Amino acid sequence: MIEMTGLTKRYGDKTAVDGLTVTVRPGVVTGFLGPNGAGKSTTMRLVLGLDRPTKGTVTINGRRYDELAAPLHEVGALLEARSVHSGRTARNHLLALAASHGLGVKRVDAMLDLVGLTDVARQRVGAFSLGMGQRLGIAAALLGDPAVLLFDEPANGLDPEGIRWIRQLLRRLAAEGRTVFVSSHVMSEMALMADHLVVIGRGRLMSDSSVDEFVRRSTRHQVRVRSPKIDEMVALLRAPDVHVISAGAQTIEVDGMTSEAIGDLAAAHRIALHELSPLGASLEEAFMEVTGGTVEYHAEEAR
Amino acid sequence: MTAATMPAADRQVGDDVRVTFLHVLRSEWVRLRSLRSTWITMLITVALVIGVGALACYGYVSREHEVEAIDPTFRSLLGWVLGQLAFGVLGVLVVTGEYATGMIRATFTSVPQRMTVFFARLTVFVSTTLVVLVPTAIVAFLVGQTILARKHVDTTLGAPHVWRGVLGCALYLAAIGIFGMGLGWLIRNTAGAIFALVGVVFVAPIIAQSMPDPWPERLAKWLPDGAGQSIIHVHVDPHRFGPWAGYGVLIGYVVIVLAVAAALLRSRDV
Repeated sequence: MIEMTGLTKRYGDKTAVDGLTVTVRPGVVTGFLGPNGAGKSTTMRLVLGLDRPTKGTVTINGRRYDELAAPLHEVGALLEARSVHSGRTARNHLLALAASHGLGVKRVDAMLDLVGLTDVARQRVGAFSLGMGQRLGIAAALLGDPAVLLFDEPANGLDPEGIRWIRQLLRRLAAEGRTVFVSSHVMSEMALMADHLVVIGRGRLMSDSSVDEFVRRSTRHQVRVRSPKIDEMVALLRAPDVHVISAGAQTIEVDGMTSEAIGDLAAAHRIALHELSPLGASLEEAFMEVTGGTVEYHAEEAR
Repeated sequence: MTAATMPAADRQVGDDVRVTFLHVLRSEWVRLRSLRSTWITMLITVALVIGVGALACYGYVSREHEVEAIDPTFRSLLGWVLGQLAFGVLGVLVVTGEYATGMIRATFTSVPQRMTVFFARLTVFVSTTLVVLVPTAIVAFLVGQTILARKHVDTTLGAPHVWRGVLGCALYLAAIGIFGMGLGWLIRNTAGAIFALVGVVFVAPIIAQSMPDPWPERLAKWLPDGAGQSIIHVHVDPHRFGPWAGYGVLIGYVVIVLAVAAALLRSRDV
């Protein structure tokens, strides 16, 4: 269990994390979502005691990180930034970390095996691909068999097969009763991975709920309507709460009215409909909806 | 909490694992020995100390006329002048190498007690380096005396203060290595820390010499290298500190740098 209370971090006059109060529970995969620059990595660094909070607290299983007697046994972390000396072999890297907890060669070799790096264990990490580096990071995170796992953008640099592998790994770890906290800025990944979602934007908490609830709560439902008499249809739909946009020839998208109501309306005026389809809200759209105003650096929309 | 949320059977690592100072020492030893740069810099130091010492002795005996009376012990250990650079760089690298590669984050997430890491690394560095440096200094001395014997200006380990000078060479280099470590923790950047190291042990003495009197003599006495090298001299210069007092001054500088570095390490974000 990770508990953040009013967690705040300022660098100079820039607030990276702003009053986060979140509890990350065991047994489920909790996704940590936000645009780039929203404060995800800073939050992770605060949890791990690498940065000190300006205000507020964060505890792991009730204790501050630097009070843990065996940090690797309580928390396993994969940070977004590489945290490996490139001059060491994979095996020696893990051995150095393991030794600090009195863990030995057997545990190191078991982890290398688990992530599929046994064949390159004696190669220097500097020559590793991004994906291999990511696997080594995961081996390091699992080294102490921790009850809490923190993964910052774990899918970075992995191929599709690797991404599937890590998804299954995270789900298994959660099923074993561990606390799994995984950040990403890619929404589709979260939809497949997470049970629960914590969303932040500009360092502030935007949402803290189950994935389903998040999608349900934060999306406007749209309906696509296609008809040969689309102009008449548009005239009929004119109402204060209803928003209509053109979506191609004879096609519109309606916001603020259910497909049932639109169908009934068309029938009452004897207008033939060639398509009437509710557009399923995606996590992607829900995310854009929630964090839309908070993105640090907007790219110019392509025209 | 851990027990309540996770059945013990699922755990592959027992709840008895702990971070202890001994475990961290072992971790630091694995780190030091598993980097090629450690062995390369050590080898360079050894080669410089023995090689430059031999060259200095050969240079002396090859001259037709005896230019001056020499301190044969100090002459055979003259490699310290260049050896200190290689060794200081090693001290810098064992710290900044982790900052440059990001390893430092893994270090402090595995052992969040930063002072434990600080002192364990210091302990491993000092003990490993002395194991290498003491034999190096002895070999440099013996090689040098063999050469000096041609002009019968050699001395032996049995002569007064000679052992102190030979061991002093190893102690001096170890102190410069620790100084490099301190600069590494302080500056956290390889180039910056090496620049500071070179500035203090190489550039500062040159600048001191070009100053008006009485500053060259005063500064030579008080600068880290000037004060510290007293311990290598068997014939002590009356204008300088005595061997242990001079070494004490050097250690004083090292302790100041380490103390500031430790205080910053505790308070700064990684």
